[in-house]
Amino acid sequence: MVRRMIHPIPPGTRDVLPDEMRELRRLNRRLIEVFEAGGYGEVATPAIEYDEVLSRGDRPSSASPYRFFDENGDLLALRSDMTVPIARLVATRFTDAPLPLRLCYLASAYRAVLPQRGQMREFVQAGIELIGAPGADGTAEVIGVLAAALGAAGLDRAVIGLGDADLYRSLLTEFGIDGEARDAVLARLATHDLVGLEAALAEAGIGDAAIETCVALSQLRGGREVLDRARELGGEAVERTISRLQETYEALVERGTAERVQVDLGLLRDLGYYSGAIFEVYDPALGHILGGGGRYDGFLAGFGLDLPAAGFSLYLERVHVAQMEEESRRRERETAR
Amino acid sequence: MTATDLAGIGGPRRPEGPLTLAVPRGALFTETLDLLDAAGVDTSPLRGDSRSLIFETDAFTLVTMRPSDVPTYVEAGAADVGITGKDVLLEQADRVVYELLDLRFGGCRMVLAGRRGDERLGESQRRLGMMRIATKYPRIAERYFEDTGRQIELIEVKGSVELAPLIGLGDGIVDLVATGRTLAENDLEVREEIVDCTARLVANRVAHKLRASEVDDLTARLRAASRP
Repeated sequence: MVRRMIHPIPPGTRDVLPDEMRELRRLNRRLIEVFEAGGYGEVATPAIEYDEVLSRGDRPSSASPYRFFDENGDLLALRSDMTVPIARLVATRFTDAPLPLRLCYLASAYRAVLPQRGQMREFVQAGIELIGAPGADGTAEVIGVLAAALGAAGLDRAVIGLGDADLYRSLLTEFGIDGEARDAVLARLATHDLVGLEAALAEAGIGDAAIETCVALSQLRGGREVLDRARELGGEAVERTISRLQETYEALVERGTAERVQVDLGLLRDLGYYSGAIFEVYDPALGHILGGGGRYDGFLAGFGLDLPAAGFSLYLERVHVAQMEEESRRRERETAR
Repeated sequence: MTATDLAGIGGPRRPEGPLTLAVPRGALFTETLDLLDAAGVDTSPLRGDSRSLIFETDAFTLVTMRPSDVPTYVEAGAADVGITGKDVLLEQADRVVYELLDLRFGGCRMVLAGRRGDERLGESQRRLGMMRIATKYPRIAERYFEDTGRQIELIEVKGSVELAPLIGLGDGIVDLVATGRTLAENDLEVREEIVDCTARLVANRVAHKLRASEVDDLTARLRAASRP
């Protein structure tokens, strides 16, 4: 074997060559067109910020794994998503702007990776943030733009899972589970470990009926009928979150985007800042999620702005993979015909 | 939406093809097939001495593989659902798969074992501040000793781990024990029980959402079949 001189780049980063770049550009353009048609203006922020600002995302999962000192000894960090930088941007640049504020972005973000898993350290996100539009209408607008973006990317089969970040928090409070026991249960729900979930609930000392309710709720996913089923199962304890989901679902029906949406009460995203509606994007051609988002109404308060907000981001590279899979599937079907 | 195919929702097309189920070869193989039969999944093609790895039946595509590969295939969505041991899932805890059901067969224990009547484990811990542990399950071992506040030097081996302490590689082993016969035959004994392991049903995250009714149906059938 001829040994070639290799100048390595860090694992989880990559070069993009013209053929791929051309397709990525086309995809980028389509997504930005959809965002702009919805009234969302594109912004850019620096890839590096002061660590102290970025860590207001206040959860380990949103903190940056890459930190370094500048020439003045200040601690800088690479952003791990765009929601935090945009919160910072809005709080400093748009304090008096008329609401709601609609912003979109297409930007690299950086995360820690597990070794030998083929995960990306640097990846591109495309997304929007809707600031100052509360409740079901705001959420439905964001999901509407997301659905349009998936359509523009040619992912006709993609599905948006819709859940509520507060469902289990309120349910467990109702059951009287708190502290460590509550964290243990939420961790099992987040990883969807049903065997561990049952064990953690049993350990928390609630009755069999309550355990069954919690496990059954986490398995509910489907159309509108899921909401009725959840009420039957959860009763009072889930009424507030289910009504809120129902409102959102009805707002989606009104906008004509409900057919892409799967109500999913097992959904629990691991980013700490979400409150209320949360969503994830799937395509049958891909085993991984394509993106996600949700409401983060209390989050901007950390930046001195008490405004409701919601948004989503798509992993651009994964959307591109799904696009390629769907195209080859369509081709196969056409030749089969 | 819902591309999922819950009855009664005027949802979009089903994802094509039967559900792909990863079946573990090796120690769990026969019991897995028996359970699948009891759950109404035809496994007769797998029971011959075919060297094939993929078997199509009416309702499922069954693919056979090493148990430790099941989380890899399921996480990537190459298999929609799969069956493997809890030991495998614990060892590969960073794989994103949904653990849906305890199938209650293939029971065994993850244990710390040392030579019978030999105090090397305790002595190393006391005088050297650290035990040398040989294992095929480095992450489970590491986590267990971290949780119990002890330091170890981990020696990862691939084959018969019982050999290690017998010829002086390590003070003890962390290994999976079913009947305990292999330990006994090698003059080893269980010192500490770490965790009980049984076979589990796991699902790919996207398949769990987009093929909800099929996954739920299989889960319900396996639940019924695994609980006499």
